[in-house]
Amino acid sequence: MEILDILISASFWAAAIRIATPLILATMGELICERAGVLNLGIEGIMVAGAFAGWMAVYSGTGLWVGVAVAMVVGMGFGLLHSLLTVPFGLSQHVVGLGVTLLATSSTYYAYRLALPQVTSPPKIAAFQPYEIPILSDIPLLGQALFSQTPFTYLAFALVAATSIMLYRTPLGLAVRAAGESPAAVAAQGLSVTAIRMGAVIVGSGFMAMGGAFLTMSAFDSFFFEMVNGRGWICIALVVFGSWKPGKALLGAVLFAAFDALQIRVQQTSLGADIPYQIFLMAPYILSIVALVLVSRRAEVPAALMVPFNKGER
Amino acid sequence: MRLEPIANPSLGRSLGPPALAVAATVVIASLLAMVAGANPFSVLGLILKGAFGSQFAALETLNRATPLIFTGLAIAVAFKAKFWNIGAEAQLYAGALITVVLGTGALPWPSFALIPTLMVGAVLAGAVLLLIPAILKTRFGVDEVVTTLLFNFIFLLFISMLLEGPLKDPMGMGWPKSARVLSEARLPRIVDGLRLHWGFGLAILCAVAVWVIQTRSTLGYEMRAVGLNREAAAFAGIPVNTVLVKTALMSGGLAALAGFSEVAGLKGSLTLDLSPGFGYTGIIVAMLALLNPLGVIVTALFVAGIFVGADSMSRAAGVPTYLADMMLATALLLMVLAILLTRFRVVRD
Repeated sequence: MEILDILISASFWAAAIRIATPLILATMGELICERAGVLNLGIEGIMVAGAFAGWMAVYSGTGLWVGVAVAMVVGMGFGLLHSLLTVPFGLSQHVVGLGVTLLATSSTYYAYRLALPQVTSPPKIAAFQPYEIPILSDIPLLGQALFSQTPFTYLAFALVAATSIMLYRTPLGLAVRAAGESPAAVAAQGLSVTAIRMGAVIVGSGFMAMGGAFLTMSAFDSFFFEMVNGRGWICIALVVFGSWKPGKALLGAVLFAAFDALQIRVQQTSLGADIPYQIFLMAPYILSIVALVLVSRRAEVPAALMVPFNKGER
Repeated sequence: MRLEPIANPSLGRSLGPPALAVAATVVIASLLAMVAGANPFSVLGLILKGAFGSQFAALETLNRATPLIFTGLAIAVAFKAKFWNIGAEAQLYAGALITVVLGTGALPWPSFALIPTLMVGAVLAGAVLLLIPAILKTRFGVDEVVTTLLFNFIFLLFISMLLEGPLKDPMGMGWPKSARVLSEARLPRIVDGLRLHWGFGLAILCAVAVWVIQTRSTLGYEMRAVGLNREAAAFAGIPVNTVLVKTALMSGGLAALAGFSEVAGLKGSLTLDLSPGFGYTGIIVAMLALLNPLGVIVTALFVAGIFVGADSMSRAAGVPTYLADMMLATALLLMVLAILLTRFRVVRD
């Protein structure tokens, strides 16, 4: 009964969309990388770096959108490093990705300690505030859930639409998808597989960093260690769950976030009082694994995912 | 640009790039320390002094290397067969968990019976934990990277739950900490009076055993074949899925021994900070060793040296301790590139 009450409350769905936003952004980023044939395990660290960079920029006096741009540029920098090692040099995407995650995370923490050596609790910034879209936000339930979010969330939804249009309706998208399916065909067309893949990884990494920045600039207003807390790995699972399609991945992110929002609320009900809180915290991770088991059999994996392409090699 | 294989690499070709990678790592670390206000020319010296400068420091480095040898071996075994086990952290805790569950009084046995039992128990726990992702991969085609990564989070929460519940030490003053294992369960020191326990000896033994299995047994041959080319291995009649499951069992068991050795040899009890990421660092250890089990011993000492040395350097020079992680990440990325360049040359189109 209590659970039903939660599920029909508008504030619950508003929270679900808020929790979904960083996942949506980073999942789109990973999806673009993987569609071009590159697994980017740098995602977790790039989100940490983006969370710090955006917040730090605003803390040092820039505007909020400039902060978002700074986060994106920092993410693209790590994307450049990742793509340089995995695309032209064709190094193991697993190893490079984990290396980039370690490098991005540790350099973020290093920079944090250098920038704020004395502080015990990190300073707050004036974060993005909810903006109620006129008329639409008056719709019952839906209005509060979807149209009373911060502009950063609206940007995330717009980016899903843009990614989808780019992938399926433009020559560029065709080239990106082909680079992940049959790079030799792309090369035969006179296009550079290297350039397409590197571009996809760099742009995708920018999206991941924006996902991280949402945490410090919209969901919260401060930077904490461990704040990304495995969200990047969840996004890797969401790409598989969404079968490498933007719309399905968006749906997966919202479902996951709804489940996450639900476990937080059930913890506070009478039902949650008798169960150790760790069980609730585990539930989203277990759900991700179960979801993967259900979809993996019929997943349409890009054929050339994780296959390096070396021109002249047949 | 394009990569062209080199038929007969010269000595300079084989040694030059890795040497440059090490040198570049030291230079980058020195510059980073300079940004933090330290004297860049003192960095390397301080790290070496902190890691190997005294008997105490050297023993500390050996102690730190012990769990890294186990997790490094776990990763080396798995990656050789291209089974991407990123969950050594969880398997380490599985081994530690069994050690405290059975070692704190459940089995009131003398050392010669208790210690081997705990070891076997730990190995089984780690193996079973990695068996789940392995079966999900071979049966359902679920990517093991994601499942093993997520298992780390799930299993650490599980441990946290146990440490605040049934395993909580009543004498622990409210800290989430298990009771201490019996003195019969403690690994003795290798040399009396020196702070180095037999976990280190066990780690060396395991490295040799893995090397023998990899180079001298049918299973080792099959694992290599599966890692080189799964389709070709299947075509040659190798039961690929069975080999992957055996690989997973071995890898999980080795990682769990790290947890056993940390509890029984060093800490005596289980806490949530038993491992500062030994499972993840094992990936760096294994990659730097080119997945060679004997090489893992050397690279584990190198990585442990950076950790212990950079810790002491950070304190001496007032540099944030995250410098050690940055050095390792830089070393890893530069070294995989350097090793590629020992076998290929870059050609302009």
